[in-house]
Amino acid sequence: MSNVITADHGTVAHGHDEHHDDGSKTLLGFWIYLMSDCLIFSALFATFAALANATAGGPTGKELFDLPYVGGETLLLLVSSFTFGVAMLNMHAGKRNKVMAWLFITFLFGASFVAMEVHEFAHLINEGAGPSRSAFLSSYFTLVGTHGLHVTCGLIWIVVMMDMVRRFGLNDAVTRRLSCLSLFWHFLDVVWICVFTIVYLRGVL
Amino acid sequence: MFGKLSLSAIPFHEPIIMGTLLMVCLGGAALLGWVTYQRKWGYLWSEWFTTVDHKRIGIMYVILALVMLLRGFADAIMMRAQQAIASADAAGYLPPHHYDQIFTAHGVIMIFFVAMPFVVGLMNLVVPLQIGARDVAYPFLNSLSYWLTASGVVLVMLSMFVGDFAATGWLAYPPLSELKFSPTVGVDYYIWALQLSGLGTTLSGINFVVTILRMRTPGMKLMQMPVFTWTALVTNILIVAAFPVLTVALALLAADRYLDMHFFTNELGGNAMLYINLIWIWGHPEVYILILPAFGAFSEIVATFSGKPLFGYKSMVYATAGIGVLSFLVWLHHFFTMGSGADVNAFFGITTMIISVPTGVKLFNWLFTMYRGRIRFTLPMMWTVAFMVTFTIGGMTGVLMAVPGADFVLHNSLFLIAHFHNVIIGGVLFGMFAAVNYWFPKAFGFKLEERWGKASFWCWVVGFYMAFMPLYVLGLMGMTRRMNHYANPAWQPYLIVAAAGAGIIALGIGFMVLQFVVSIRNRAENRDLTGDPWGGRTLEWSTSSPAPFYNFAVLPQVEELDQFWADKEHKRAYRRQERYADIHMPRNTGVGVFMAAFGTVLGFAMIWHIWWLAVAGLLGMVGSFITRAYDTDVDYYVPGAEVEKIERARLIPQPGIDHVDPAKAGQKVA
Repeated sequence: MSNVITADHGTVAHGHDEHHDDGSKTLLGFWIYLMSDCLIFSALFATFAALANATAGGPTGKELFDLPYVGGETLLLLVSSFTFGVAMLNMHAGKRNKVMAWLFITFLFGASFVAMEVHEFAHLINEGAGPSRSAFLSSYFTLVGTHGLHVTCGLIWIVVMMDMVRRFGLNDAVTRRLSCLSLFWHFLDVVWICVFTIVYLRGVL
Repeated sequence: MFGKLSLSAIPFHEPIIMGTLLMVCLGGAALLGWVTYQRKWGYLWSEWFTTVDHKRIGIMYVILALVMLLRGFADAIMMRAQQAIASADAAGYLPPHHYDQIFTAHGVIMIFFVAMPFVVGLMNLVVPLQIGARDVAYPFLNSLSYWLTASGVVLVMLSMFVGDFAATGWLAYPPLSELKFSPTVGVDYYIWALQLSGLGTTLSGINFVVTILRMRTPGMKLMQMPVFTWTALVTNILIVAAFPVLTVALALLAADRYLDMHFFTNELGGNAMLYINLIWIWGHPEVYILILPAFGAFSEIVATFSGKPLFGYKSMVYATAGIGVLSFLVWLHHFFTMGSGADVNAFFGITTMIISVPTGVKLFNWLFTMYRGRIRFTLPMMWTVAFMVTFTIGGMTGVLMAVPGADFVLHNSLFLIAHFHNVIIGGVLFGMFAAVNYWFPKAFGFKLEERWGKASFWCWVVGFYMAFMPLYVLGLMGMTRRMNHYANPAWQPYLIVAAAGAGIIALGIGFMVLQFVVSIRNRAENRDLTGDPWGGRTLEWSTSSPAPFYNFAVLPQVEELDQFWADKEHKRAYRRQERYADIHMPRNTGVGVFMAAFGTVLGFAMIWHIWWLAVAGLLGMVGSFITRAYDTDVDYYVPGAEVEKIERARLIPQPGIDHVDPAKAGQKVA
């Protein structure tokens, strides 16, 4: 990922001013934003850890979680990170159409992930294991749902970026934003690994 | 169609609230009418509301804080009056439900909508000037942050007249704040007002961390930054690290209330103490977020008015950073009574006491800066000295309560109330008043006059001691906080003294308003033509007052701490340029205003369960943001010729115009 951050984004149109953003300022700010987002997830993980056993006589994770299904979700998200990486490689190579194509593929994987998650949630709620059933399920739905919401925002962002690449080409602003989106997308992957490990694997064990 | 909202939400039967509403309407109509009459709407919109200039945004923050100070103080004086009366058989004039809303609103407003905007506004005004930058890292985001804070203010003010406000205390502890025990919209107003303004604050935090790390003028190393900038850096790191936790705590409470979840309920495995832990993991760093910039302001003021470099600059920086780290390790001292056991309580008691060490280092640094200095007792300096005495007392009572055993007795008593007002008024508020008097000429080009300022100062200080020292005694006598009525007549005399103290503070506020009015009227006499009215040491005093919109025609070169002082000493300051380069500046934008307006709609709709409107508000917010992303015309160049014209018009200080001749001011290091 580090090559994304230090990548040379070309000369800026009006590069002679000391304070003109060459993209590095935006990326630093976006890193800091990601760290604050990371703290949101940390607080949610801590909440989940504190409430994991508060099932109030309701179903436990062991009874509810379908590991192969979640494994499928995980695979989709991991592949989408890879396809985003390919889109970024094409961005650095200046291949506009390929960037759009790979963004679209990434979108499909991401959307399938969200669809699977929604399906899983609907299934649980139908079984009477909705977020109102116990503190454990409240924290489960909130933690996993917050991640899903982030992925959904990422999907909207991907759509906007595809349109921007189409309209403006790979100019400085677009490459800068794609770099941020790339960070965001990989970040969500990392968070999902934690979700998979701490919520699902630990829950099924 | 309108969710829970109906005409019955307006409390027509409450004469106090209706009277206030009438006054707000009349005052608001008068203000709007005056602006319309003066044909100033266009000017306000294009020069102020849509501005991305950090100085103007800073000024708007401070104005917001001062206005909300009036509201928060009105709450305070109502509480003091109620408690002065409501002894034994007397019930006082405030019914319990109203009283509960008042103490909640007082706390929320004073922390989130007075202290925070004051601190953020001050950082906005000063930090870019101190580091020789032309703006902050993300000027549009800065405008958005401000307007999101204003959204929170709008919702809190609205809650008084449409529906009600939380009656839970300022941190809305569950299970009281759960739907079962607070079924009205009060807590929802609380949640959405804080979420909106909290988002603004987090964005501000990110903005300033990047600004300070990346936008310092050429040559300025971290250890050459003015101390105020250092405290701002640590404060903003704390903001980025702490506010997400507040967001989570409030979001989980909202999930309980809106989605029937069970994080903090009494039933189905909910755990109220989880909320209290989360909220204080944010809450304790928050008090350092507020106090550190005040420490920074005092440091600048003490050095300037003692005519000496700050004593122990490095230790000041390390103490600031140390406080920043420690602030995350003490949260549990807010609830020793939770019963987490002797070991845990001892750990948090000790970490709390350790914080007093770096704080003590700072105090001694200020004292040693004054020692053998050529002290000028101007208003900022008077506030500083009052702070040093008052804050030390407050700090000591804090260390006292850090002893878990003592805390079991003092927990939730008026002793605690006295303690934190002692440090927040004596520390943060005095600091902000000192800072306003100190940096006012930089913002507006003229100094505040001193006569009414001094009257205000003495009323505030005397009023503060009268209002809060009796509260220590009452706490030791066993009086708990938030009492609408009490049966023990022995408490009443102290509460009457405290109410009188609040009255004296009211005079202080009145004189402060007068100070502003008189200063504006007599501004011709107090004009600061040099840009350096106090004999300052840091870069903000090297540019004109008020600073031009581009701050510096040429970015200053920095090789040492207090570069401007050294430049004046070696007659290098105020060099004219042969020619000036074009300056790259961000363009004004109204998107921040629109996004915050949609945010307000979103918050209001969520509070009243008007789902279609909430969706509209959210779409509006996201839509305006995306639209902004498509706008490519976001910056422009100020031609060098125009810069030259502005710079040539500026009076260059001649030797003798300076109030203090640097050579004579005694550069001795104590």
